[in-house]
This record gives sequence, structure tokens and C-alpha cells, in this order.
Amino acid sequence: MTAIDVAILLFLAITAVTIARIRDLWAAVMFTGIYSFLSASWMLLLDAPDVSFTEAAVGAGISTVLMLSTLALTGTTEKASGAKFRPIPFMVVVLTGCMLIYGTLDMPQIGDPSDPIHIHPSPSFVERTQGDMHGLPNVVTAVLGSYRGYDTLGETTVVFTAGIAVLLILRRGKEEDSKTGGRPGSAAASGDNA
Amino acid sequence: MVFLFTACVAILVTMSFALVRAMLGPTVFDRVLSLNMFGTKTVLLICVVSFLQGRTDFLDLALLYSLMNFIGVVALLRFTTQGEFGGQNPNVDTPFGDKSIGNTALKSGGD
Repeated sequence: MTAIDVAILLFLAITAVTIARIRDLWAAVMFTGIYSFLSASWMLLLDAPDVSFTEAAVGAGISTVLMLSTLALTGTTEKASGAKFRPIPFMVVVLTGCMLIYGTLDMPQIGDPSDPIHIHPSPSFVERTQGDMHGLPNVVTAVLGSYRGYDTLGETTVVFTAGIAVLLILRRGKEEDSKTGGRPGSAAASGDNA
Repeated sequence: MVFLFTACVAILVTMSFALVRAMLGPTVFDRVLSLNMFGTKTVLLICVVSFLQGRTDFLDLALLYSLMNFIGVVALLRFTTQGEFGGQNPNVDTPFGDKSIGNTALKSGGD
């Protein structure tokens, strides 16, 4: 298992450096898709399937399409920045990195049974889920869907309202565009959608 | 167990080849193919790992990954041939001109 973890982390590092170095933005968008797939599979290896689900749907699916539609409105190449090597920003970055790594030394080991996260609310949920939920295997689903069911309902309502608002705003913009005699392509598109 | 682990290593090696091709790839086709192949290999890796860990409920995630891979590749290809999505900006030229793909032929055929 450790070998697979190391290999995927290595791929992640290589992809991140490539995204930073590449000047063709179309290829950079493609590499962000690869990065999302890799990080989602790494989260899956760390036993977090719900986070991995979200990462795959949002990172690899929606944001690729959004970034491509942004590229359609701007351009596909980036100017090479003529900046030379500057020591002070480099030192700041290295120092911040060292401080972050020093901070991780305080974190408990992965899977340590005496972790705070394994002690505080979790054992009661793990013990009670089997009886309360009639054998639902996933504790995360039980917490999300039943123990915190009202929270989830509220979140869903908020997201639904936001989606409706965004749709209304976008639709109004298109109608105004066709009223003022906009481009023929956009008028035809809004006619198709209405 | 050893068999599954060997399969994992083989898939990881194939992923590294696809990654190298995506980085070197001079044309659009190389990159699109390597992206598609990388997604497919991710799906395979998840399947093998889920059997390796004995948690076959991860297979649903593999299905989601293949759907996402399909959507991503379709979006990339559509952007490459048309240069826009759904009549946003008809005046933008296609990003890769005529040298990499037969862009005018594709456009007239598609319309």
C-alpha cells in the first residue's frame, strides 16, 4: 500500500510542477484534470471516499469545463514572464515551507487510536450506528443523512436557492442581449433555450 | 494478493508513460489521448485497489470516474474543434488554427 501511495504522490508532484512550468494554457487545463484524478485516487487510498467523490465530480468534471469556457473568452497562451531569479521571495517561500513542515511534526500519526479525532465524538457514533440504522455499513452516511439530517436539509435548500438565483441572473442577461439586437449567434442560442 | 499488487504496479507504470507523453506530446492528439488513457488507468487502479483492500463498494467510484473522464475529454475535444461552447462568442478563432486539425472541414461538417 505504501508503494502505491508514494507513486501517486510522486505523480502529483510531477503534475504540479508541469502545470506551473507550462505556457500552453490548454495543456495546463488538461494537466489540472490529471491532477484532480490523481488527488481523488489518493484520497480514496486514504479511506475518504466521500471527499474523493467530490474531488472527482468538481475537480475533474466541472472545473475543467469552466476553465475551458474561460479560455474560449480569453486566449490559450501565456506570456513568458521575463522575471529573473530573486532571492528575497525565494527565501520567504523556503522559510514558510520549513515552518509548515515543522508544524506537521505536532500532528498525530495516521491511524493512531489515541488521536483526538478518534476519541472525541466518534466512538459513540461507531458503536450506535449498527443498531440505530439497522445495519447501514457507512458511518459517514449515517451521520450525514440521519444524525445531522436537518443540517443536510438546510444545506441542500441553500444550494438549491443559489442555483435558482444563478440561473435567473444568467437568463436575464441573455434576454437583454437579444432585445438590444445583440449578435445573431447569441440571439439564436437564447431562442433555443427559452 | 501478490497478483493484485503486481497489477497495481503495472497500472502505475502505464500511468507514468501516459504522463510523460502528455508532457512531451507535440500535438493536440497526443495530449488528448494520454489524458483519456490516464483517466482509464485511474479507473482500473481504483478497481484493483478496491479488490486489494477488500472494499468492493469503491467500484461505484470507479463508475463516477469514468463518467467524469468522458465529460472532460468531450469538453476538451469540443473546445479544440470549435473554440467555444454553445454560441458564446462566434468571432473567436479556433485556438489551434489549421496546422493541427482540419478545423474548417470539421466545422462545416458539424454545422
